[in-house]
Amino acid sequence: MRIGPFLVSVIIAGGLIYALNRPWGDKVPMPLGKFLSPQFGIWQNAEESDNDFTADLKMEGLHGKAEVFLDERLVPHVFAEDDGDAAFVQGYLHAKFRLWQMEFQTHAAAGRVSEIIGERALAYDRTKRRLGMIFAAENMLKEVEANPNTKKILDSYTAGVNTYINSLKESQLPVEYKLLNYKPELWTNLKSALFIKQMTETLAGSVDDLPLTNARSFFSDDELKVLFPQVPDSLSPIVPKGTVFAPPSIVPIKPADADSVYLEKKDTVQLVDLYQPDPNNGSNNWAVAGSKTKSGAPILCNDPHLELSLPSIWYEMQMTTSTMNAYGVSFPGIPGIVIGFNDSVAFGFTNSQRDVRDYYEIKFKDGSRQQYWFDSAWKDATMRPELIKIKGKPDYIDTIAYTVFGPVMYDKSFPADTISFKEKNLAVRWSAHDPSNELLMWYYLDRAKNFDDYHNAIQYFTCPSQNMVFASKRGEIAIWQQGRMPALWDRQGVYVMPGYDNNYRWQGYIPMEENPHVVNPASGFVSSANQRPVDSAYPYFIPGKYDLYRGYTINKRLDSLQQITPEDMMKLHNENYNSFAQMMRPLLLKYVDESKLSADEKKMADLVRNWNLINDFDEKGATAYQTWFDSFEVLIWSDELIKAKNLYPSERTLVEALLRDSAFKYVDDITTPQKESLYDIVTIALKKATPELLKEDNDNVLAWGKHKNTTIYHLLRTSAMPFARPSLHIGGGQHIVNATQHSHGPSWKMIVHLTDKIEAYGVYPGGQSGNPGSKYYDSFVDQWAAGKYYTIWYMHAGDKLDKKAKWKITFEKI
Amino acid sequence: MKFLTATILTALLSFIAGIFMPIWWFFAVVALLVALLIHQRAGKAFLAGFLGLFILWFILAFWMDSANNGVLSVKIASLLPLGGSKWALVILTAILGGLIAGFSAMSGSYLRTSGTKNNF
Repeated sequence: MRIGPFLVSVIIAGGLIYALNRPWGDKVPMPLGKFLSPQFGIWQNAEESDNDFTADLKMEGLHGKAEVFLDERLVPHVFAEDDGDAAFVQGYLHAKFRLWQMEFQTHAAAGRVSEIIGERALAYDRTKRRLGMIFAAENMLKEVEANPNTKKILDSYTAGVNTYINSLKESQLPVEYKLLNYKPELWTNLKSALFIKQMTETLAGSVDDLPLTNARSFFSDDELKVLFPQVPDSLSPIVPKGTVFAPPSIVPIKPADADSVYLEKKDTVQLVDLYQPDPNNGSNNWAVAGSKTKSGAPILCNDPHLELSLPSIWYEMQMTTSTMNAYGVSFPGIPGIVIGFNDSVAFGFTNSQRDVRDYYEIKFKDGSRQQYWFDSAWKDATMRPELIKIKGKPDYIDTIAYTVFGPVMYDKSFPADTISFKEKNLAVRWSAHDPSNELLMWYYLDRAKNFDDYHNAIQYFTCPSQNMVFASKRGEIAIWQQGRMPALWDRQGVYVMPGYDNNYRWQGYIPMEENPHVVNPASGFVSSANQRPVDSAYPYFIPGKYDLYRGYTINKRLDSLQQITPEDMMKLHNENYNSFAQMMRPLLLKYVDESKLSADEKKMADLVRNWNLINDFDEKGATAYQTWFDSFEVLIWSDELIKAKNLYPSERTLVEALLRDSAFKYVDDITTPQKESLYDIVTIALKKATPELLKEDNDNVLAWGKHKNTTIYHLLRTSAMPFARPSLHIGGGQHIVNATQHSHGPSWKMIVHLTDKIEAYGVYPGGQSGNPGSKYYDSFVDQWAAGKYYTIWYMHAGDKLDKKAKWKITFEKI
Repeated sequence: MKFLTATILTALLSFIAGIFMPIWWFFAVVALLVALLIHQRAGKAFLAGFLGLFILWFILAFWMDSANNGVLSVKIASLLPLGGSKWALVILTAILGGLIAGFSAMSGSYLRTSGTKNNF
C-alpha cells in the first residue's frame, strides 16, 4: 500500500508550490517560485544586450501608418501623418519602455499606494485625497475633453498605452510588478490628468502657511516680515531691476478687520503639512540672443532640477506629423514634447515658486461636518467620499467636506495622531483645483513657429506657473512667468485665513500681460532660476518659496559673456561656483575668534579660508564651509524658532541680515544668561562642526562629492537599492548652477542652438528603458555625471535610410 | 535508460508547457505524468524529476543571463539576500524548480505503484 507515501510527497510538492507562489515578508516580498521561473519570472526581463527592437506591428486604433526609428541611444523618432496616430504611438512607446513608473506615479498622485504596499501608505493616501488630487484631475479632464484637439490627442494616447498593456503576457510584465506581485490596470485619460496634478503638487504645492501661523503666536507680523522678507537685497530678478511696471489692473482690498483677526491673531495650529514637496525643486533656464552668440543665432538652455530617479521622469523622443516636428523630452504619462524644440523654436521651463495654495480655518456646525459658518449663515458643504483600497485589509472610506474654498484637508479625523489639532478644521484653496487645460499649451508650443505662437500657447497654462523661456530661429528671445496667479492684498495668504468671511477669499487673478516677462531685451539674454521674478516695484504682492544664488550667478555670467558658443553654455550648466559662499564666507572668517580655536579647529578654518569657492568633487573646503555654516545656522535660529516648529529663514536672509548689521538681534543665544556676540556664535559653530568634519576626514569622505554622495534612487527608494546608482562622481550643490545635491538635481540638460540646421545637445541621468534588466536602463548616467552631452539627432523624413536609424518599428492598422 | 528518458522528457515537456500554459508551476504536473508513464522507484523518480527541472532551469537561466551580460541577475541577487552573486541566483532558481519537480515525480511514482501494483 503506497497511499501514505503518495500523500506525503504530494503534500510536499503542493506545499512547495504554495509556499513559492506567495510573498515571504519583508526580505522576500515576492512569490519566489514564480519570480525565479525562467519562463515566467524575472529572467524574462533580462533583455539581450544585442536585442533587436525592430518589429512590424498591426493593431486597431490607428487611422493610418506610423514608423518609429530608434537610434543607438534608443531614442525613438516617430513619423506619422496624423497627430492622433503620433500620440497613439507615443502612448504605446511610453508603456513599452516605462509602464510601471507611469502607473506607480499616477497611483501615488491619486492616493492609491495602499493598494500596492498595504496599510503603511494609508496616511500618505489620505493626504492626497484630502488635498483633492482626484478632484483636481477631474476638473482638468473636463477642460481637456471639451477641446477637440486635446481630446483627440489624449484619447489616442490612452488607446496606445492600452494597446500595449493588452498585448502584454504575464511573463513580460516589468520587474517591479513581479517584485511587488501585482498587475497593471488599463490606462485612462484621468490618469494623464493625475500625472499633471502630481507635477503640479511637486512644483506648486509647497507652502509655509502652517508653520508661519504657528510662528505668529510668538512673533509679530513685523518681526516675521524681517525673518521672511519678500525682496532680498542681492536679488537679481528675471525682469531686470529698475523696470517700470504699469499700474495694476486689479487692486485687491484688504479686509477692514485684517489686522485684528488675521495679521496679529495669536493662535497656533500646531501642525506642519505632512509630505511637503522637496523645497529644492527648481530649475535653470536661459536664452541668449544672436547679438551675444558667435554664430549670430540664439541659444536656449534648460535644466529642470527634480528628485533624481530611476526610471527617469523623462523619456526623450522626436515626433513628426503633418503639423509638427518636435524633439525633446516627454513625461511618460502624458502626450506631447514637454521641453524641447522644433524646426522654428525652442522652449523650456523653470518653476515660478509662487504661492498658490492657501488655508482657511473652517467652523463646522457639528461633528457631521455637513454645514459650515460662512458670511453669517450656515452653508452646506459638499461631502465627497473617497474609497481607499488597502492590500490585505478592508477598504477605507474617507469622507471629505468641500467648501467654497476647496476641500477641508485637516479636521478632527485627520491627521489622526495630532491631538492638539482636534479643534481645528482647515480648508485648502489651491489653484490646481481650478479647471484648466495644460495640455493645450503643449499642443500649440510643439507646433509654434514664432513668438506670437508662443505667446498664444502659454495663455492656456494655469498651474504650476512656470518661467517659460523661448527662442526662435527668427532671432526672438523671451521669458514669461505664466500661470493663473491670484492678485493678493499685502500679506494675504501668508498665514491661515479666516474661513467665515467672503472678504478673505482671492479677489481676482493677475492678467497674463501683467505677469512678469521680458521680450527681446537690449541685454541680449533672458534667464530664470526660481528667484523672485521682479523687484519691489512690481505692483502685486507675490509671496513664494524663491531661490536666489543660482540666478545671481547665471545673470552675472550671461552679462559678461560675448561670442557665446554651445560649449560656453555647457560650461555654465556645469558651473560649480558657489555665490552663496562668496557672500557668507567672509563673515565666518571675519568673526571667528582664532585665539579660542584648537589645532584641529584652526585646520578646519584654514580649509575654508583656502577653498576656491568652487564645489568641485574633490574640494574639502566646500564640505568644511557647508558644515560650519549649517552649524552656525542652527545656533542662530534654533533658540528662538524651536517654538515655531523650527521653520528657519532662508540662508540669504541670514547672510543679508548680518551684512547689514552684525548685531542682528537673533545672534544672541537666548537660552544662556550671558549675551553672545557674532564672534562667539561663529566660533562656537566651528567648534561644534569640527568633530563631524574630523570624522569625515578620517573616513576619507571629506571631499565635497563624497560628502554629498550623489545617488540616483529607484522610485522604490531604499527598498530597491540594487536598482539605484549610488556614489556618482559629480560636484555641484544647493545654490549652485550645477544644482546636483545628494539625490536631487538637473533631471534633463538641454542646449539648443537655433542655427539654420538646428544644433542641439541633451543628456539626462537615466536611460530610455525603465527595465533594470536592460543596458539602456541607466546608459546616460555616466555621461551626465561627467558633465557631458549627447549630440541630438534631429531627424528629418529624408534621413530614414541613415545608419543612425538602428531599428525600425512600423505600426499599421489591422 | 529509463532514468535518462524520464529526465530528458521531464525537461523537454516542462519547457513546452512553459510556452503554452499560463501557469508557472505546470511543470509539476508534467513531472508527475512523466513519472506515471515511465515508472521507476520513488527515489529514482525523484532524482529524474529533480534533475530534469534543475537542468532545464539552470540552462535557461544561464543562457538568458549570458545574453544579458548579467545586468539583471546581479541586481536581483543583491535584492534577495544572495550577496549579489549571480551564480547563487542561477543555482537557487534551478534548485527550486528541481525540488518541486522532484517531489511531483515522486508522487507520480507512488501513484503508479499504488494503482497498478498487481500488474507487475
